[in-house]
Amino acid sequence: MSQGKIEHKEYVYGVYSHETNFLDAIKSVQADGLTIDDAYSPFPVHGIDDILGVKETSLHKAGFTLGLTGTVTAFGVMTYVNTMAYPTIFGGKPFWSLPAFIPVMFETTVLMAAVGMFFVYIKRNELFPGKIPMIIDDRTTDDKFALAFSVDGKSADEVAKIKSALQKSGAEEVNTKSFE
Amino acid sequence: MSQVDSLLREPLINGLDKTYGKITDDIVRNTEGNPPKDWWIAFGFALAGLLLYVIAVSWTIFKGIGVWGLQKTVNWAWDITNFVWWVGIGHAGTLISAVLLLFKQKWRTGINRAAEAMTIFAVICAGQFPLIHMGRIWQGFFIFPYANTRGPLWVNFNSPLLWDVFAISTYFTVSCLFWYSGLMPDFATIRDRAKSAKRKKIYNLLSFGWRGTAIQWSRFESLSLVLAGLSTPLVLSVHSVVSFDFATSVIPGWHTTIFPPYFVAGAIFSGFAMVQTLMLITRKVQKLEDYITIAHIESMNKVIVLTGSIVGIAYITELFIAWYSGYLYEQYAFYNRAFGDYWWAYASMMTCNVLSPQLFWFKKFRRSIFVSFVMSIFVNVGMWFERFVIIVTSLHKDFLVSSWNYFTPTWVDMSIFIGSLGLFFTCFLLFTRAFPVIAIAEVKAIFSSISEAAQAKARKDSSH
Repeated sequence: MSQGKIEHKEYVYGVYSHETNFLDAIKSVQADGLTIDDAYSPFPVHGIDDILGVKETSLHKAGFTLGLTGTVTAFGVMTYVNTMAYPTIFGGKPFWSLPAFIPVMFETTVLMAAVGMFFVYIKRNELFPGKIPMIIDDRTTDDKFALAFSVDGKSADEVAKIKSALQKSGAEEVNTKSFE
Repeated sequence: MSQVDSLLREPLINGLDKTYGKITDDIVRNTEGNPPKDWWIAFGFALAGLLLYVIAVSWTIFKGIGVWGLQKTVNWAWDITNFVWWVGIGHAGTLISAVLLLFKQKWRTGINRAAEAMTIFAVICAGQFPLIHMGRIWQGFFIFPYANTRGPLWVNFNSPLLWDVFAISTYFTVSCLFWYSGLMPDFATIRDRAKSAKRKKIYNLLSFGWRGTAIQWSRFESLSLVLAGLSTPLVLSVHSVVSFDFATSVIPGWHTTIFPPYFVAGAIFSGFAMVQTLMLITRKVQKLEDYITIAHIESMNKVIVLTGSIVGIAYITELFIAWYSGYLYEQYAFYNRAFGDYWWAYASMMTCNVLSPQLFWFKKFRRSIFVSFVMSIFVNVGMWFERFVIIVTSLHKDFLVSSWNYFTPTWVDMSIFIGSLGLFFTCFLLFTRAFPVIAIAEVKAIFSSISEAAQAKARKDSSH
């Protein structure tokens, strides 16, 4: 599975109308020995990751690491402020009073985990404001599902094989699209 | 997959004519073309409210908070009442998106987008009050801990008021991220059906160039799940921290250990009521009755009756503990709440929050649009009074009888409150025109399992 790199310019794709047909089609083209470059759908289709062999993302690990950074940062800053930079007695309590630090530590953990994960997410998914995406077909964000194959540098025979595999898989349309 | 949940379960998407394309049409249609006349009228009122808000806040900043009805005895009143009220309302969105996601409640998909938007706008309104009640708003940045040359002078990390800063700003940020990450695919849907190049460009910018490939969706689901997991304790922490503002003080009537869970239940209660108010209007105006169904309304009413009853138990527990404590001042604070000068506020609170929602034990009322709407307004009013009762009645008769006083709001107090509603509705109305008010992709994802169309198809298939 590639993210659709710029060097791939010419694509052949099959269009499907229902997620069941779409999943069956994936199995069908895989049985024909083809490697799918991109699978488009208007919503997350359950079970597709296993069939396509999409590796589980490690986004949650980034979240955990950043969250922990938040906890440690908050704890460190409060310890430094309350014991060294500005030790002040509030209501006769000790300078270093852990229970009072918990709310801020918790909030900072959540803040850093969430913000960090969001940025990792948009980076990994190659999303940013103003990006011009490669959309194989406008209908894939509406009501169609599509399987795309890069055909750059492929011989006419290979392309014909992809097209016939798509036909066999039950595609309603088999189209080509090129990106500049 | 196209597995049908249960044919006995009430569908969450009505209409036998529904297809994926029809879902897109029904939802996106409302962002296209010119807004209807009703929208302009509502927007006019909201803008007038916003103008009132700007005038009243400017006057406050110009003259100082002496223009409010505050005095030495009652030194917190409508400002903090409004703050807590708005923050409370802001709890429903994340609760619906996060907690219901973790519990796999599919009915959340019809209302989560608008509820999250409402959350963000409510938190924006809430955030105004701590700032303007400082008096010297231009020094508001003092609330943030940063290395400085004023001493160095640091914030008090032991103070619940500072915890509030962290809780509210984290809550606002995380809610925005959660909401926006869900919006990207739907903006892409709007982009790909846009006719004009300009519209395409704007929505592409908003969608961050979303493509909808399997790997993007895989990460999308992972992000939603982890953000939901983070937001769930967050949403509970925020109102707990807000309640600490009162609970960690030594004022009779505030110094109560029950406050955190009691405030959280109240927040969910008022938030769901506000979602109900907005959704009942939105579904009608935008013709989305097939997506925000009576089943959705009933589910929300069930949450309202549950949380309303929790709040009721909290009120009674407070009274009992005040009596049981044997502590004269605590006992008097609660006696004074119910039978003192502000008995009318206490009575409104009890009626609106505890008694009236009990109607929802009856299915007929839970499924009535009229009753739901009236009740949602009642709850909103009742929850405002709850905060007013807690704050003002606990302060107005303090330890020194000679300083006992009665709080009366001025025109500025009232204008700021009414004006904040204007701010809220201005944001919400703009949202309903520019953004998809229902999460398109999420609704499509449940379409084949729990819609009327899918159920009809499954029945037909099984009868063969």
